[in-house]
Amino acid sequence: MNKFRKLFAGPYIVWVIGFTVLPILMILYYAFTNADGALTLQNVTAIAEPIHFKALLLSLRLALECTVICLLLSYPLAMILNGLKIKKQSFVVFIFVLPMWMNFMLRILAWQMLLSNNGIINSILQTLGFGGIQILNTPTAVVFGMVYDFLPFMILPIYNSMVKIRKDVIEAARDLGANNGIVFFRIIVPLTMPGVISGIIMVFVPALTSFVISDLLGGGKVLLIGNVIEQSFIKGMNWNLGSGLSIVLMIFVIASMAFMNSHSKETEGAAVW
Amino acid sequence: MVKKSIERIYLILIFLFLYLPIAVLIVLSFNNSKSRVSWGGFTFDWYMKLFQSDRIMNAFYTTIFITLVSAVISTIIGTLAAIGISAMKKKGKAIMLGATNIPLLNADIVTGISLMLLFVKFTKLGMSTVLLAHITFNIPYVILNVLPKLNGLSPNTYEAALDLGATPLYAFYKIVWPDIRPGVFSGFLMAVTMSLDDFSITYFTKGAGINTLSTMIYTELRKGIKPEMYALSTILFLIALILLLLMNYRSRENKQTVHIERK
Repeated sequence: MNKFRKLFAGPYIVWVIGFTVLPILMILYYAFTNADGALTLQNVTAIAEPIHFKALLLSLRLALECTVICLLLSYPLAMILNGLKIKKQSFVVFIFVLPMWMNFMLRILAWQMLLSNNGIINSILQTLGFGGIQILNTPTAVVFGMVYDFLPFMILPIYNSMVKIRKDVIEAARDLGANNGIVFFRIIVPLTMPGVISGIIMVFVPALTSFVISDLLGGGKVLLIGNVIEQSFIKGMNWNLGSGLSIVLMIFVIASMAFMNSHSKETEGAAVW
Repeated sequence: MVKKSIERIYLILIFLFLYLPIAVLIVLSFNNSKSRVSWGGFTFDWYMKLFQSDRIMNAFYTTIFITLVSAVISTIIGTLAAIGISAMKKKGKAIMLGATNIPLLNADIVTGISLMLLFVKFTKLGMSTVLLAHITFNIPYVILNVLPKLNGLSPNTYEAALDLGATPLYAFYKIVWPDIRPGVFSGFLMAVTMSLDDFSITYFTKGAGINTLSTMIYTELRKGIKPEMYALSTILFLIALILLLLMNYRSRENKQTVHIERK
């Protein structure tokens, strides 16, 4: 029976080979050859060029900032949501997934309007007597946009893992004399670790590799590694260089995930690979 | 008491943060002024103009077509794959899950570029390449939503049905389907959401002359976004709101969690 059922995966296996494995081989091929098709390492080592290296460092810095802010915002939020005792978990998911149905680029553009020097937020601040804020076209604005776009991907896994914590475990701890602090650090934090790890990966990776948000909120002044890659494909038509830099980016993505997973040995179910 | 009010304020602030730009876009869609900062009175003009704009309506139809077709195909392939994977032994399962994670974990830009490099080798970029790309990144969401439901299923009931004379198809429909249906459904919904919101992968795999709403907005960025776009996104948002509310109301009895975690 099982033999027969396994066949159901057949179309998917073909699909994976054709559209997941093969494309990666293609990008590897382009990355390690030059325009004439000769083997070279140039496209990959190009990351050391000052302009590329600076973009990579900035991407890493902004992605890290974005991830930390998302985590700091999401954890208390997940605890509050969990405390609300909403019977239907799907309703909470619904609230955070719904914004995605309005085109993300338009939503980021709306922030651009809100944050602009003569935008709504500044005019409110000024009428209240505070000085205006001028964050548009700075890295801060880019981090802001990333946090906005990726926050649901941090909240939902943490919330899901928090809902799963059984009441009896916490009650047992209290019966045994644990105070709030101990319950939090010895029970809630460890049990939500898989959610936290999965949230961190889901925020850090897209933040590290995004190029649209920096384009929209950075006003062309914030150059991330994603922008460099995009430009080498679209504007420069240098596919080999773009592929080489993509490989470097992939290595960073894999390394950051390996790092996260090595720190979650004790937590079951967080394995990514 | 103080703790409660702080919690409430915090919830409201996060809620504002998520929905403020959406409110802005909805307000702008009724704004009788091309300016994006001043209010020029209430109007339905942009909604009228929207339906006369071939460009926008074309991009809209393309988006809906790609979203629905890719979601349906990926739901079918993904559900079948989940059934197959759940029957595999430990090692095969691990390999398949690893492969499933690749499109989820890889950067969108890298996925888009690698697919483009493959496509241009064999064919011309166009509608079909965008579809193939969307199906590729949608299948994992379906598998990850269906698989947990299958794992909780006892294989004995299905075999019992066969022993009692049910055909495999009938047994599947009566025994397996009711249990995995919520998973298939949320997988489909997730696929629709991701497809609708995608920009990067579409951007790299689309040919000239084909635009989804996202790529059209991106190309018109420098010229300024037309207010008709706000009108269209408002309509889309309201449709989504109503649909999701209805579904939420209907699916009361089965507690379903949408798995968007990348595990």
